[in-house]
Amino acid sequence: MVKKEEGSDRALHRGIGVGGGPPPPPAGTISGKVTYTGTLPKVRPIDMSKEPNCVTQHPTPVTTQDAVTGPGNSVRYVVVYVSAGDQGAPAATDTVHYDQKGCLYIPHVAAMQVHQPLEIFNDDPHSHNIHPLARVNPEWNKSQPKGAPPIRTAWDQPEFIPVKCNVHPWMHGYFAVLATSHFGVTDSTGEFSITGLPAGTYTVTAWHERFGTKSQEVTVGGSETKTANFVLTARPY
Amino acid sequence: MGKLFAVVVTLIALASATIFALHIWWVPPDISTHGSRIDRQLNETMVVAGVLFVGAQLALAFFVWRFGASATARPIKSFPGGPTPMVVLATVLVGAEILVLTLVGSKVWADVYQTPPAPGALQIEMQAEQFAFYFRYAGADGRFGAMHPELMNDASENFFGLDLANDTTARDDIVVGSLVIPVNQPIVLRMHSKDVNHSFYVPELRIQQDIVPGLVIPLHFTATTPGKYELVCTQLCGLGHYNMRAFVEVKTRSDFDQWLKEKAAAL
Amino acid sequence: MTHGVTTAHAQPQSFLRRHVFSVDHKVIGRQYLDLALVAVVTGMVLSWIMRFHLGWPETPVPGLGKLAPTGAAGGVITPEYYLALMTMHGTIMVFFVLTTAPFAGFGNFFLPLHVGAEDMAFPRINMMSFWVTLLAFLVLLSAFFIGDGPPLSGWTAYAPLSAVGKDAGPGQGVGQTLWAVSIAMFCVAQLLGSLNFIATTLDLRTRGMSLARLPFATWAWFITSVIGLIAFAVLMPACILLILDRVAGTSFFIPAGLVISDRLQPHAGGSPLLWQHLFWFFGHPEVYIAILPGFGIVSQILPVFARKPLLGPRVFIVCLIAIAFLSYTVWGHHMFLSGMNPVSATLFSVPTLVITIPATIICLLWIGTLYGARLRFTAAALFALGFVSVFVSGGISGFFLAQPSTDIYLHGTYFVVAHFHFVMGVAAMFGIFAGTYFWFPKMFGRMMNETLGKWHFWLTFIGVYCVFMPMHYLGLAGNVRRYSAFTDDYLQPLIPLHRFITIAALFTGAVQLIFLYNLIRSRLRGPVAPANPWEATTLEWSTSSPPPHDNFGGHPPVVTHGPNEFGGAGPRDYVMQAEPQ
Repeated sequence: MVKKEEGSDRALHRGIGVGGGPPPPPAGTISGKVTYTGTLPKVRPIDMSKEPNCVTQHPTPVTTQDAVTGPGNSVRYVVVYVSAGDQGAPAATDTVHYDQKGCLYIPHVAAMQVHQPLEIFNDDPHSHNIHPLARVNPEWNKSQPKGAPPIRTAWDQPEFIPVKCNVHPWMHGYFAVLATSHFGVTDSTGEFSITGLPAGTYTVTAWHERFGTKSQEVTVGGSETKTANFVLTARPY
Repeated sequence: MGKLFAVVVTLIALASATIFALHIWWVPPDISTHGSRIDRQLNETMVVAGVLFVGAQLALAFFVWRFGASATARPIKSFPGGPTPMVVLATVLVGAEILVLTLVGSKVWADVYQTPPAPGALQIEMQAEQFAFYFRYAGADGRFGAMHPELMNDASENFFGLDLANDTTARDDIVVGSLVIPVNQPIVLRMHSKDVNHSFYVPELRIQQDIVPGLVIPLHFTATTPGKYELVCTQLCGLGHYNMRAFVEVKTRSDFDQWLKEKAAAL
Repeated sequence: MTHGVTTAHAQPQSFLRRHVFSVDHKVIGRQYLDLALVAVVTGMVLSWIMRFHLGWPETPVPGLGKLAPTGAAGGVITPEYYLALMTMHGTIMVFFVLTTAPFAGFGNFFLPLHVGAEDMAFPRINMMSFWVTLLAFLVLLSAFFIGDGPPLSGWTAYAPLSAVGKDAGPGQGVGQTLWAVSIAMFCVAQLLGSLNFIATTLDLRTRGMSLARLPFATWAWFITSVIGLIAFAVLMPACILLILDRVAGTSFFIPAGLVISDRLQPHAGGSPLLWQHLFWFFGHPEVYIAILPGFGIVSQILPVFARKPLLGPRVFIVCLIAIAFLSYTVWGHHMFLSGMNPVSATLFSVPTLVITIPATIICLLWIGTLYGARLRFTAAALFALGFVSVFVSGGISGFFLAQPSTDIYLHGTYFVVAHFHFVMGVAAMFGIFAGTYFWFPKMFGRMMNETLGKWHFWLTFIGVYCVFMPMHYLGLAGNVRRYSAFTDDYLQPLIPLHRFITIAALFTGAVQLIFLYNLIRSRLRGPVAPANPWEATTLEWSTSSPPPHDNFGGHPPVVTHGPNEFGGAGPRDYVMQAEPQ
C-alpha cells in the first residue's frame, strides 16, 4: 500500500486498482528508503508576492520543492517504480488527484500509469493555467478560473512531464507517467513501498527531478517484503 | 425634434465635462520627481479640450435648436464670411494651442526619456516574462552575473539563468518578485524581456515603458513617498496579461538597507 | 476628360448571375453591405460576451459552456478565451465592418451612379474583390473551429507573441496563421477595389462631371481608395513575413534568446519593432479609411436636410486631401512608448497634432452649414448630426494621446479604448447608419420606417455616450486595457463603473434590433419609394428607385451643376446635377 500524502486527502493516490472479487494471489512488497550523499542545492523561499491571495495561505513562506529532504538525509518526491520485469499486472484505475492550492501543486510529484484517470482541481480563489510540458505526449495547457470544473484527462505514453502554471511562474510539479502500475513516491521521511508484486525479478528505478536516477534488481518471492534502498547524488547546482 | 437634439447634446456635454472637472475619477497622487510636469500638461490639455468639447457641442446644439424647420418660410442664410472664419479659427486658435502644448510637452517628455539618470543612481535589473516581473540587485560585489537563457529554472527560483556553479559575480545577486526601492533615491531600471513584449507601468510614478524582446531598455525615476504601489503590465503578452503585476515598495533609507541586508544574508 | 466609356453589358437572366455571381456594382455593393451586417452582428455579440465577463467574471454565461467547452467550461470564460474574443472582435469590426460597409458597400453601389457611369471600370475584378473578401471572412471565422481557437494577440498581432507559434499560448498556433492568411487575402481584395474606384472616378465620369462637380461622398471614396492603395500594400507583405516567421523558420520579427514555454526559440536577428512599424504604417491610414467615407456621407447628407449648401465645399476637399497626406506621417504616435528612439516620439507628435487642424475645419464647416438652415429631422439627418457630436468627442480625446508627455500616463489604458471607439465604433457606425437611412430608398425602392429610425437614433445616441464616455474616466484612473479580469487592488473600486458600462452596452446592443427589424420589414413591406424622396441633387436621385440595370436607362446624364445647389428662392429650393439648362 502506498503511504498517504501528508496534508491533503485529495492527494491520496494508489497504484493498484481496488474493487470486489476473489482475493488476489499472494503478492510481495518492495519497500525502502531513498537518501542522498553530496552537497544539497540551496533551498530558497518561493516569492509569491504578485499573488497576495497565496502569500496569506502560507503563514511560513514555502520553499523551493525541487530538492526536498528530510531527517536522516532522506529525499522526498522520488518516484520509485518497476522499470522492467513486470508481467501483465492489472491496470491502475483509481483517479489520481492533482490540486492547485496556495499557488502550489499538491502533490509536487504525481505518479500514475498510462491511461490512468487524472483529475486536476483548482482550489484557489483565482485562475490558474496548468501547462504540462509534455514532449512525447501531446502538449496542452488549460485555464481553470475560480469555480471551473476539474480537468479530467489521462496520458497515453510513459514520460516524466514537468508541469508549470502559465500564470504563476514559480509553480512547478511533475507528472510521472509510467508504463507500470507498480510504483510509489517517497514521503517526507524518504520511504516508499510497492505492493502487489507477483514472485519474480524486477528492475526497480528511483527517479528524482534533480538528482537523477538509480536502478537495482530485486527478486521477490511469494508474500515476502524485500528492502531496496537508494542513494542518490546531490549536487549544489 | 431639433430642440430635443439640442437639449440632449447640451446635457451630455455638460454632464461629461462636469465629471471630468470634479475629478470624480482621476489620476492617483503623484509620487515621482518628474510627475508634476506631466500632471500640469494633463491639466492644461484638459482645460483646452474641455473648452473645445463644450464649445463645439454647444454650438452644434444651438444651431440645431435655432435653425430647425420653422412654420414660416425663413430665408436660407449663409454663414457670415463663408468658410474663412472656420479656417482661421481652426488654424489660429487650435493651431496655436497645439503649438504651445507641443513645445512645452516635448520638454516634459525629454526630461523623462532623453536625459541621463542622476549620478549615484541605484541600478536594478528587471526581467519581464509571461506572467511576472522579477528584479535583480547586484549584491555586495556591485556586479550583475551574466544571464544564460539555457540555465533559466523557475522551479529553483533561478529566473535570470545565472550560472551559480561557476560565476562568482552571480552568487550574491539578489532576485525578488517585488521592486523594493529607497525613497528619494534615483533608480535606473534596466529592463529586458524573456519572451514577448511587456510593459512597465506604475500610475503613481507617472512612468510607462514597453519592454521589447531583444533590447535592454533603461528607465530612470525617483520615488518621493514611501508606500506600496502596483506595477502592472500594459502590453498584451498572452493569457496571463491581466494577472501580470508586481508590487513596488518604496521604503525609507534605513528600512531599505535593512531589507537588503536580510536578503543578502538569506542567500 | 474622357466620358461615357461604356462597359455596356446586357442584364443576365439566370438567378445565379443576377443575384450571386453578379458583376453589377449595385449587387456587389449590396453583397458587401450584407457581409458587413453579418460581421457587425458577430462582432457585437462578441463584445457583449466580453463586457459581461468584465462586469461579472465568475458568473457563467448562459449557453456558452456548450458552444465553447474548452474556452468556457461550465460557461465561465477563461482568460485566453476572453482575449480570443477580443482579437476577433477587433479584427472583424475594423476590417469587415468599418472598411467594408462605408467604403466597399456604399462606395460600390453609388460611385458609378455619382459619376454618371453604367458600372465600375472593371466589373469582373469588382466581383472578384467581393468574393475574396467573403473568403477572407470565412477563413477568419474558421479560427473559432480549428485547432485550439482564435489567436489572443489582439487585432494588432504584435510580434513576437504572434510570430513564434503555439509556444506563446492557446490560439497562437493554427489560429494566428489563419488570421494572417485572412488579412492578407483581405488586403488583396481591397487593393483591387481601390484600383476600381480610382479608375472609375478618373475615367468614367459622364459629360459635364468635372472633378469639381463630384459629390462629396465620391471625393471621400476616391481619396480613401488612394490611401488604401498604399496602406494595404504594406500590410499584405507584413502579413506574409509574419506567416514566414511562423511556418518557414524565418526571423523577421523574432530576436535571439527568447525562452517561451521553457523552450529556447530557434530564431535570431529579427526585430519586434519592425512589425509595429509596418503594422502602424498601415494601421493609421486604415483608421482614416474607416472614417473618411463617413465624412463624405455626412457632407452629402447634411445639405439635403439643411436645405442649404455645404459651407466651404472646396475647403472641405482640400482638408480631405490634407488629412490623407498627413495620415502617412503620424504612425509612430501608436509607438511613443514602444522602445523606439524617444526623439521620434516628438517628431511624430507634430503632424499628429497638425492633423487636428483640417479635422477641426471640417467639423466647423458642418456646424457652419447649419447656420441659417431649415433643418428637416429625418433619421438620416439625425445620424448625420449625431456624427458631428460623436466625432468631436472622439477627436478631442486624441489631443491627450497625441502628446507623448500625457501619453506616458494614458497609453495602454481605457482612455485609448474610449478614443478609438468614439471615432471608429461610434462615429463611423453613425456614418453607416446615416448612409443606410439616406440611401435605402434608392437601393431597394422602398422607404424605411421613420418612427423606428428615430427611436433607433435616440436610444443609440444616448446609449453610446453611456458606454464610451465613462471609459475616459477609467483611463484617467489608470485602468489598463486588454485585461480579461480586474484583479489588481487599485482596479477594484472601478468595477461598479465597468458594470454600468456593461449594462449600457447590452442595452445599446439590444436597441440595434430596432434597426434590424426596420431593415427587414422595409425590404418586404415598406412603402414604395419615389425617385427622389429627399429632394437631393446628385445623379443617383435622377434615376429610378432602384436604378435600372445600366443605371440610367441607356441615357447617360449630362451634368450641368455641382452637387451643392440648395437654398434657392422660389418653389423649388434645389437644382439637380443633371438638370437641363
